Amino acid sequence: MLNLAVEQALNGLQLGVTLFLLAAGLTLIFGIMGVINIAHGSLYMIGAFFCAATLAATKSFLLALLAGIGGAALAGMLMEMLVMRRLYARDHLDQVLATFGLSLCVNEAFSIVFGQRPLYVDIPPWLAGSVEVVAGVPYPTYRLAIVVVGLLVALGLYLLISHTRIGMLVRAGSTHRDMVRALGVDVRLLYTLVFGLGALLAGLAGLMAGPVYTVQVGMGEQILILTFVVVVIGGLGSIRGAFLAAMIVGLVDTALRAFVPPWLKTFMEASAADALGGGLSSLGIYLLMALVLLVKPRGLLPAHG
Amino acid sequence: MAETRALRALGLIVLVALLALPAVAHFAKDPAWISLVTRMLIYAIAAVSLDLILGYGGLACFGHAAFYGLGGYTVAILFHHARSSEVLWGLIPGSTQFLVTVPAAMLVGGVVAAAIGALSLRTAGVQFLMITLAFAQMLFFLFSSIATYGGNDGMTVRRRNEMPGLDLRDDTVFYYLVLALLLLALWAGRRLVRSRFGMVIGGIRQNERRMAAIGIDTYRYKLAAFVIAGMGGALAGALMVNHARFVSPDMMHWTKSGEFMVMVILGGAASLIGPVLGAVTLVGLEDLLGQIPKWGEHRMFAIGAILVLVVLFGKGGLWGWIARRLSRGGDG
Repeated sequence: MLNLAVEQALNGLQLGVTLFLLAAGLTLIFGIMGVINIAHGSLYMIGAFFCAATLAATKSFLLALLAGIGGAALAGMLMEMLVMRRLYARDHLDQVLATFGLSLCVNEAFSIVFGQRPLYVDIPPWLAGSVEVVAGVPYPTYRLAIVVVGLLVALGLYLLISHTRIGMLVRAGSTHRDMVRALGVDVRLLYTLVFGLGALLAGLAGLMAGPVYTVQVGMGEQILILTFVVVVIGGLGSIRGAFLAAMIVGLVDTALRAFVPPWLKTFMEASAADALGGGLSSLGIYLLMALVLLVKPRGLLPAHG
Repeated sequence: MAETRALRALGLIVLVALLALPAVAHFAKDPAWISLVTRMLIYAIAAVSLDLILGYGGLACFGHAAFYGLGGYTVAILFHHARSSEVLWGLIPGSTQFLVTVPAAMLVGGVVAAAIGALSLRTAGVQFLMITLAFAQMLFFLFSSIATYGGNDGMTVRRRNEMPGLDLRDDTVFYYLVLALLLLALWAGRRLVRSRFGMVIGGIRQNERRMAAIGIDTYRYKLAAFVIAGMGGALAGALMVNHARFVSPDMMHWTKSGEFMVMVILGGAASLIGPVLGAVTLVGLEDLLGQIPKWGEHRMFAIGAILVLVVLFGKGGLWGWIARRLSRGGDG
């Protein structure tokens, strides 16, 4: 029982950091530019596909990593320069529709190039196998590595935003946009870079998730909606909130998936219990979101005030 | 005034064309047209109901497909229980009567909209958008997991509902029924947005704080509008399941919510007639692009690209464009 709990907690953390990488980019972009990006899930997919395709072509994990991260960041910056830039002054509905259109477009382009069949990605050999986190609980090394990388990135993001000059501009840009512009900062460039950073984080999440889940068209949208839940629970525009909420959502979702179906099986038929349990446990985090909204409509750690 | 006269004339022409469509389609030996236009009109009902909150109320709801799907499932589940003569939860007998199932669908849509709206309307703007999307996705997962009603695969509804005096199994009769319901929805929507209630909703969009300051409980007005829109969405879903004789969780998929939003904005928000144009255009475009050999299955690429361009460079949607054209013509 304890073993199972430890294992599930680690799985929860792994989902949590993946969600954090996505939510951080989404909430950063919203906090600074005031835009909502439905195509954020496409960037996650781009990271995963570029990494998988490069790995298949070159067999080099380093190149695949660079292709995944770089591809997503470039795609993000391109997206910003071609489309998003024209939407900053518009209302959120226009932003939603344009980025919805973008995500349809990108998804279809990937299904033309790569087809509908899912790709499977190998785990690098030096991360295959498992380690004992707690005595007697073997856990896949690769999944553990995701957790470590995710936490390191979270730390790096914290240092970047609260202790560097760029971070200072980012923080200033989110609260006093016009003042930053008046002080002579190239806001256009700053925006493109922030968008690129958000895209890079999404791409990193996507390429790391590749070997765990399957790489296929539409993978981004499923997790995007979970990311929205995270952002709403954490408080829109707040990176600290996104971290806290991502961890909570990751742990709660994983725990429900692990424990609800077996519990249903104690009084139901096995196949029906699996189906219903799967459905009920995916409801859990939405109910959590509803609960948070009842108590704190602006999220757990709202960005301003 | 030339403007309104031109609009009236245009409206009359469109109405006559719609009334004559089944006869023309039969004459041209292409009855598939009736089915296509029926689909357009059903989507138009969903889009018009969404326009009420999205366009007039300024509330970016990204979960309209939830109500559409609930309406569809209500019809399908009632049919399922009527067939197997099992009583649902020991309380609700099944039904195949159009006059029972469709009001039931609207009731379910309204009740769920009241619950979702009560929570979601505590927030505004982008959070509201994300929350409505999340709740719709929750219902999507819920219906995907209920094995009794087909789970992921959905279930077929073997026969359309029945209605005394009308043979709904005849596509032409069903088409006229849908057309009548759309006209009814447009009429009701027009009455609504021009009433005091509609004025308050529009006022909330422009400045909620000011409306609150003059003593209006804005939350209750927004919730009422949300419930009405939910009922409209459910009506469209109930009609679609009757039309397609099939229901599946895909009706609640988030891209469906996106499509409804596209119809409203593409056609022209806050105009009631715009969403109808949007629905007709989008369904027509998808059908047209889908017929291109080999590339037809990738039509979403073109639709996505068109959407981006329309948002970037279009103003006020199709209806805005037509209205501008007509008023310019009126001047000269």
